[in-house]
Amino acid sequence: MKKFAIAALVAIFIAGCTSTPTTAPVEDKSGTASTTGTPGGATTSGTTQGGVSGTTSGTGGANPLRDPNNILSKRSVYFEFDSFTVADQYKPIVEAHAKYLAANRNARVTLQGHADERGSREYNIALGQKRADAVKRMVTVMGVQETIVESVSFGKEKPRNMGHDEAAWAENRRVDIIYAGE
Amino acid sequence: MHRSLRFVFTVVALLVLPFAARAQLTIEIVGGAGTAIPIAIVPFGGESSFPLGISGIVGADLQRSGMFRLVNSDAVTPRPVRAEDIRADVWRGRGADAVVVGSMQTLADGRVEVRFALMDVVKQSLLVAMTYTITPAQFRTTAHKIADIIYEKLTGDPGVFSTRIAYITKAGARYQLLVADADGADPQVVVTSNEPLLSPRWSPEGTRIAYVSFEQKKPVVYVQNLANGSRQAVANFRGSNSAPAWSPDGRRLAVTLTKDGGSQVYVMSADGANAQRVMTSNAIDTEAAFTADGGSLLFTSDRGGSPQVYRLNVGSGSVERLTFDGSYNVSPRPTPDGKGFVFVRRDGGRFQIAIQDFGSRQMQVLTSGPVDESPSLAPNGKLVLYANESGGRGTLAAVSIDGRVKQRLVSAGADVREPAWGPYAR
Repeated sequence: MKKFAIAALVAIFIAGCTSTPTTAPVEDKSGTASTTGTPGGATTSGTTQGGVSGTTSGTGGANPLRDPNNILSKRSVYFEFDSFTVADQYKPIVEAHAKYLAANRNARVTLQGHADERGSREYNIALGQKRADAVKRMVTVMGVQETIVESVSFGKEKPRNMGHDEAAWAENRRVDIIYAGE
Repeated sequence: MHRSLRFVFTVVALLVLPFAARAQLTIEIVGGAGTAIPIAIVPFGGESSFPLGISGIVGADLQRSGMFRLVNSDAVTPRPVRAEDIRADVWRGRGADAVVVGSMQTLADGRVEVRFALMDVVKQSLLVAMTYTITPAQFRTTAHKIADIIYEKLTGDPGVFSTRIAYITKAGARYQLLVADADGADPQVVVTSNEPLLSPRWSPEGTRIAYVSFEQKKPVVYVQNLANGSRQAVANFRGSNSAPAWSPDGRRLAVTLTKDGGSQVYVMSADGANAQRVMTSNAIDTEAAFTADGGSLLFTSDRGGSPQVYRLNVGSGSVERLTFDGSYNVSPRPTPDGKGFVFVRRDGGRFQIAIQDFGSRQMQVLTSGPVDESPSLAPNGKLVLYANESGGRGTLAAVSIDGRVKQRLVSAGADVREPAWGPYAR
């Protein structure tokens, strides 16, 4: 019964927080060393949103990266189970981005690898990295400078589909192509 | 529920009230040891005049460990307060092997004198009697200390009731790293972020925590000082930085970096200086953990075609595969006694916690899954804290290394994951 009370309080607290976004993505908390019963400084108000704030670019001209009719608007490469090679159907997407990067020397891109939810969180970081590295290898082979492409991994931490079946897992084994400033 | 336990929970709820988003954990026993020691914890004399009693916390600690069974003492009058008041025959008649008595009394200077005695009523011998002079703010820590002493006297192993745990919660899009007492009380927020947090690891002296944060839209390893909240990005190389693990002396960290291509294991100073790759493979190498003597690193690698646990001898550079049973054995954590390791194995589609001995290679499965992960050993090596799921939400659980005692750590509101058991309190 106390659990319900706490749950209700948590719900109220969270509901109260979500309406006050700030730009600070991370808040450090000090003072866990105290042996007293006073839980120090719990002023965690309003840190639930933010992260990236105010990055809406997009002026009047058609941005090929945003144009839904342009292949460059396609940003995800999906992978079979236990696979780390770019499937034929996604090669045109990767090639289009490689060409864009070769032509736009100021562009910077991050390749975010992802894994499905099964297994160790840290090992899944490595699996996502292996996928991101595969895409990176493909674009650098096509002549893109290695220094403008960074491959990183979110492991299983950012699923696109929250489901727990094969269809969901297939959507979550992916590499997202993200341009700097997006 | 035990009455005094309920009282504790009420107090906890009140303490937590303004900080409810901290996701208090409460612990339930799921299964106990076959041979739980029957013990009577008599309410301490004078205790009822204090807002927080000691005996209730001691009893809750001992019962939660699964190693003890509480014998009801309500019907015994007059209530014994000192060791010499204990009538062994009365307690033997009630089925108790051991009896704890004590008292609490406010002194002239406002501090509180806490006395307790532990009697073995089978052998009729006084095992320990101690006196503490404390402030009311120290009631809880003193109760845990008393429980540690009783646990060690009766089981032969050090207690871990005075230790702390760290864990990650996720509520909506908000992630928090928290530190709490081993019983879940007094949770303190260490970091709050809108991006995932992962892999908290206590430094050996318990003053710092290394963890992985995605706040920069990629995994970066931080080390944070718990006393003042200051922190440093110790591994923020190009690519991914993850899987921190402390050396036993607290001066170095093993990490997984991808800066030179692929996930590979490096060792560096705890401040991030001088990252040195410890071996080179064309495969995934990650989840390194120093053995207790610091001479070896256990790690996960798929160099043999499937993820398995390996051991690197840091001095010689030789590598040995340790797991052969099944196609998925990951997340090795060496036991404090240096004799083996706990890890996660997949059996069919089920992920389970298991323990393996270095010498005999004998493996014992401790949990049934289906999604058990992130094991972390108590500093006495007797319990494994791990993450699983219940009702679609992340929860924590603990199991004894013989698989008999099972606890569930219940949290209201948030997903809880990535537990890390801290070292002994100093």
